[in-house]
Amino acid sequence: MNELKPSDSCWFNYIHRIVFLGENRNQIDLMSEHSNLMNVALHLGDNALILGHRLGEWCGHGPVLEQDIAMTNIALDLIGKAKMYFDLAAELEGKGHDHDFFAYKRDVLDFKNLLIVELPNGEFSDTIARQFLFDQWHFLMLSELANSSNDRLKEIAQKSLKEVTYHKRWSSEWVIRLGDGTDESKAKMQEALNEIWYFSGEAFMPAEYEKGILPEGLKETWMTNVKAIVSEATLTIPEEDWMQDGGKTGIHTEHLGYILAEMQFLPRAYPDATW
Amino acid sequence: MTQREGQAWNILATVEDPEIPVISVVELGIIRSVAELNGVLKVEITPTYSGCPATQVIEDSVIEALNQAILSPFEVSTVLSPPWSTTMISESGRQKLLEYGIAPPESDSVDKQALTGEERQIPCPLCKSKNTKMVSQFGSTPCKSHFKCLDCLEPFDYFKCL
Repeated sequence: MNELKPSDSCWFNYIHRIVFLGENRNQIDLMSEHSNLMNVALHLGDNALILGHRLGEWCGHGPVLEQDIAMTNIALDLIGKAKMYFDLAAELEGKGHDHDFFAYKRDVLDFKNLLIVELPNGEFSDTIARQFLFDQWHFLMLSELANSSNDRLKEIAQKSLKEVTYHKRWSSEWVIRLGDGTDESKAKMQEALNEIWYFSGEAFMPAEYEKGILPEGLKETWMTNVKAIVSEATLTIPEEDWMQDGGKTGIHTEHLGYILAEMQFLPRAYPDATW
Repeated sequence: MTQREGQAWNILATVEDPEIPVISVVELGIIRSVAELNGVLKVEITPTYSGCPATQVIEDSVIEALNQAILSPFEVSTVLSPPWSTTMISESGRQKLLEYGIAPPESDSVDKQALTGEERQIPCPLCKSKNTKMVSQFGSTPCKSHFKCLDCLEPFDYFKCL
């Protein structure tokens, strides 16, 4: 287990990593190829669901109306993707569950999303930094997955890639606008990048279940693309290369539990409620 | 095309998009296929944007229309591949969008410009001026961008390329 790296003035330095040493609650057999694929579907679905939920929290709180709408539009796209991945997971699981089951009836340790997507929205610049680093990876990963030998992942990737192209453009433009903006916006954008940087590497540390299914070796291209935007934004890439990980195998920050408490309240309190 | 397939296409041409109620689901290009197989009518639909809330409403409307036309037994399923693209919107669909005040998606070359971040030249659907400006690439629904015309000063929606 990695210890949280101490540094000054980070809003997430106070995260206490939740570590359960007892019972392994992951009931999925990690050995078979079938369940590897299911875990990949859950990993990709959880990324989309949790980041979609975070962006949805901006609804009615955006700095200007257009960006409020942009963030909720991206949230919708991501939640749509989560539905596609969870439908695939449900099919692979074969227990008659639907996509809602995977969103609402699992607990923290069952979630396999990257830690970066569950971090709080913070200020607008923090949200932009999170979105930018994620989008740059998401776009690269989907570009490769669009040629996957697995037909189901391939068709979801091909569908998603078109939308994620817009997401990446939006978040990259905002990094440039804030970075190459006023003294204040530049300072905020640089601070946001510095603070979230520890969470940018997990995407490139493959979990056992994703080996042979998700593309590998994307980090170099990702870094080149990220550097190009950051340099156009007149900002600097943080030097730190020590990275947080754990989300892919269910070891999360304290934030995920709060998200689930809010997101899952209704279906847990009123099971099978319908409109 | 069998008689029931023809009837199904005719009835589906009357099912409107819930958010742009001037264009039918057929014109929008989301009815992928209609095929009669062993007496069962199989209808395949494809989502536009993956998170578009209208997708479920559209599926429900398709089922309702087929039921009303007494075309059962039928099955409606969703297919993802090949992914829906704005080039699947028919010519009549594009014309109806324009008349409704939504600038229809531009050609592939403009699409590529959009994706590489160059400024797009989208004509105003009201005064036809090309002197327009994108306010935000995200608009009132997932499929639209928000533009304004610098000549007639009207804000308008652009059905963005996907």
